[in-house]
Amino acid sequence: MTQKILPVPNSIDDTLKLLSAADYLADRSLATVLFLALRMGRPIFLEGEAGVGKTEIAKVLSQTLGRKLIRLQCYEGLDVASAVYEWNYAAQMIAIRAAEAEGKQDRSQIEHDVFDERFLIKRPLLQALEPDTAGPPVLLIDELDRSDEAFEAFLLEVLADFQVTIPELGTIKAERPPIVVITSNRTREIHDALKRRCLYHWVGYPSAARELEIVRAKVPGIGKKLSEQIVGFVQAMRKQDLFKSPGVAETLDWATALSELDAVALDPATVSDTLGVLLKYQDDIARLEGGKVKELLDQVQAELRAAE
Amino acid sequence: MPNTQQDAPGRFAENILYFARALRAAGIPLGPRSVLDALEAVRAAGVGTKEDFYWTLHAVFVKRHEHSVLFDQAFQIFFRKRGYLERLIAMMSPEMTGAPAQTPEEPQASQRVLDALFAGAEKVEREQQEIELDASFTVSDREVLETKDFAQMTAAEVAAARDAIKRLVLGFDNVKTRRLAPHPHGHRIDLRRTLRASMKGGGALIDLKYRGPKTKNPPVVALLDISGSMSQYTRLFLHFLHAITDARKRVHTFLFGTRLTNVSRALREKDPDEALAACSASVLDWSGGTRIATSLAAFNKQWSRRVLTQGAVVLLFTDGLERDPDERLEFEIDRLHRSCRRLVWLNPLLRFSGFEARARGIRTMLPHVDEMRPIHNLQSMRELCEALSQHGRHADPKTWLAGAA
Repeated sequence: MTQKILPVPNSIDDTLKLLSAADYLADRSLATVLFLALRMGRPIFLEGEAGVGKTEIAKVLSQTLGRKLIRLQCYEGLDVASAVYEWNYAAQMIAIRAAEAEGKQDRSQIEHDVFDERFLIKRPLLQALEPDTAGPPVLLIDELDRSDEAFEAFLLEVLADFQVTIPELGTIKAERPPIVVITSNRTREIHDALKRRCLYHWVGYPSAARELEIVRAKVPGIGKKLSEQIVGFVQAMRKQDLFKSPGVAETLDWATALSELDAVALDPATVSDTLGVLLKYQDDIARLEGGKVKELLDQVQAELRAAE
Repeated sequence: MPNTQQDAPGRFAENILYFARALRAAGIPLGPRSVLDALEAVRAAGVGTKEDFYWTLHAVFVKRHEHSVLFDQAFQIFFRKRGYLERLIAMMSPEMTGAPAQTPEEPQASQRVLDALFAGAEKVEREQQEIELDASFTVSDREVLETKDFAQMTAAEVAAARDAIKRLVLGFDNVKTRRLAPHPHGHRIDLRRTLRASMKGGGALIDLKYRGPKTKNPPVVALLDISGSMSQYTRLFLHFLHAITDARKRVHTFLFGTRLTNVSRALREKDPDEALAACSASVLDWSGGTRIATSLAAFNKQWSRRVLTQGAVVLLFTDGLERDPDERLEFEIDRLHRSCRRLVWLNPLLRFSGFEARARGIRTMLPHVDEMRPIHNLQSMRELCEALSQHGRHADPKTWLAGAA
């Protein structure tokens, strides 16, 4: 970890450059939101289908800015004890016994000693408020839609003022606010009060050209023809009436799988055999069975030939 | 925006303020805070190209994916100096507004934006099929009201029924969540409270405190058929759903005829009449035909993953008279059934004592619902509320299938 704090980008173009340095190829719209969030010190709220690279953004930011990445994975029933802080009860009890053994009588003094920062176990949200030599950390609150409303309400204080209140200790405030990235798969609506405090961005599927760049950057050594066919096929698939369209993560998995299989070009048999990498619902796979794969493939090949 | 750059700073702020007001009128909820944010954002990003300016404002003003469309249209109209009048005239011409059924999505949104931007320039009269319910309410015989079919009620009786619906007690079922709360007989030791309590006594005694799972009402998702055959019921059902929405946090309501409309937000208005007016303003297909399969498909694809989490109960209000039932209906109802915790079909046709599940649509859907219940009078509504709170299985759909076979 470097001692010098890396500066945040100065313009939207700088932001784009920063992201592409870590092989994250973003649209200008996303770069604008990231730039503003870094500049204004506001949390970023990213929503979108699974597998479009929402979580990746936080990782890339932490990597390129040299900041610590603190991740909070949300789940139903997530509470303050596992998200913010917990007291180390065993150590506290030993401390009480020790105080008694020493013959201390002052009850309020014991209480004061026991609720000391020494006995505080810091969970992700509290860790993110601490100063760090590399600069304020990146706090990733992943899949917020999985937590329940009660936790969402609790986050309001953290996100608005970058502070948490511990009854026994008082309010802890971050000297410099962390870079907060919140992601949601939209399995439920997040309350407007929380969204209002953030800069919102919908992460959609990339265009064909962008996706091709991503595949080539992330799967080195993939053939030109194969990568074009893969992207063309996935893009054509997203136009089909599928329950869950393949995301960028699936495209990359598929490209890796095919290059591992030493394929040079797509053919119907290979596609059918590896369809499970792209589609995760039986209904969707059934829809593409029969002649559908070949039909799509022919269409993609015709388009590629026309583009040449 | 290059042309705003030359403006004085005050003028520029004013422009953003007006733009925010237009957005608000178009239906994007924005507070004064977002205007300040927008100014700060524009100052931070600088006014470069039109694209950057667009995305800068987008980052601040848009908080929901659905609002992107409204924002886009408002932006295009608001920040276009030349030729916007021609476009306005083109958009307001009868060809565009006259055929809303065929072109459902975009003209409607444009209409909202245009209304917002040019309010007063041209009034768009929306047909509201409001039934005037001004008859004064006198306490009628409750017994009669209880069992009277909604379809045969007079205006006064409807008003009385509305009041009765408001008083329905919704003792819905509670489900255990994974969140823990203090509990006298819980199964986990609450060390935090234990320690605090023991500190109060000086730390000599350790009296164990416990935690147990917290219970919560599951979300309710209502799908209400508003086709012609259901038209006599829809209003009172909407009152019923408004009462539920008022009493509970997580209720989502969708109306469907030939297309699906989400009216959850409209129903959150406190006043039932305002809520219903807001509903009718957002729906275009009152009392038309039914396409159950298409509507369910739309729900499954666009909404099920967003509203059916955390063990939702689905209330499906329909008579099941599908125009042309096919295997798609079976596929969609099956998917709906598999994505929720409990699927309850509320069918007003069950009011007829000789009801038999003969219609093909009904026979297709029955095997895939957990319960089928009548809903045509106050008594049946009350029974529904009770059944929902008891995990009752006494409305097993299979008995209807067996009876008609």
